[in-house]
Amino acid sequence: METILFYIVALIAVGSGLIVILSRSPVNSALGLVNTFFCLAVFYVMLYAPFMAAVQIMVYAGAIMVLILFVIMLLNLGSDAGKRFTHGVVWAAFASVLVLVNLLVFVKRGQVSGAQGDVTNAMVLDFGHTELIGKAMFTEFLLPFEIASILLLVAIVGAVILTKREV
Amino acid sequence: MISVYHYMTVAAILFTIGTYGVLTRRNAIVIFMSIELMLNSVNLTFIAMSRHLNNMDGQIFVFFVMTVAAAEAAVGLGLMIAFYRNRESIDVEDINLLKW
Repeated sequence: METILFYIVALIAVGSGLIVILSRSPVNSALGLVNTFFCLAVFYVMLYAPFMAAVQIMVYAGAIMVLILFVIMLLNLGSDAGKRFTHGVVWAAFASVLVLVNLLVFVKRGQVSGAQGDVTNAMVLDFGHTELIGKAMFTEFLLPFEIASILLLVAIVGAVILTKREV
Repeated sequence: MISVYHYMTVAAILFTIGTYGVLTRRNAIVIFMSIELMLNSVNLTFIAMSRHLNNMDGQIFVFFVMTVAAAEAAVGLGLMIAFYRNRESIDVEDINLLKW
């Protein structure tokens, strides 16, 4: 059952990913990307990470995609003209195949070792995923958390400065 | 039974799709979406490995990747709007002021 679900969702994810890069209209690309995000959220639930699935849907499918769709709407982008659709297809295909072979060999041959933790699936079900994430984030990873807040502040200021009419 | 390698393979395929999109498309927003696709495939790798190793650190890292992606979305789309205001286009072929 789980195997069938995995293959169906994987197929939808890869198909939506192809829609993202192959469709002519940017709006179709954006919708394909939303579909991929939902498929990844399903994967996260299957991997015992329901909090990450919720954050994936809220932050990616909710916030970032709405931002991208707003910009597509603001710039009033129609479909690309056929002539100026892609460029350098041959070399890009070559490079992508190289990347894919590289990654697959790495996945097939790579050895996973070290960094063995103690958070089992039963523990996730027992305590709740959110609680475990929160405990790790606000004790062990407090400094990166604060740095991320500074990063977000800088991004807000940068976005405002960049889009101001008179710079 | 689904092993970690299945998830890694899906992530590898998604990353490759994103690479191809970044290399071939001309529309800056589509390139941006391809980058998001690549970031997401890396997130999937992190979470699969985190579950495989019973370690929570990978999922915290995914959280920070999402933060950086949100910041990147805000700044990147701001850049696109600023560029569109100057050139009436977001075609990457038109961004050639520093081209050698």
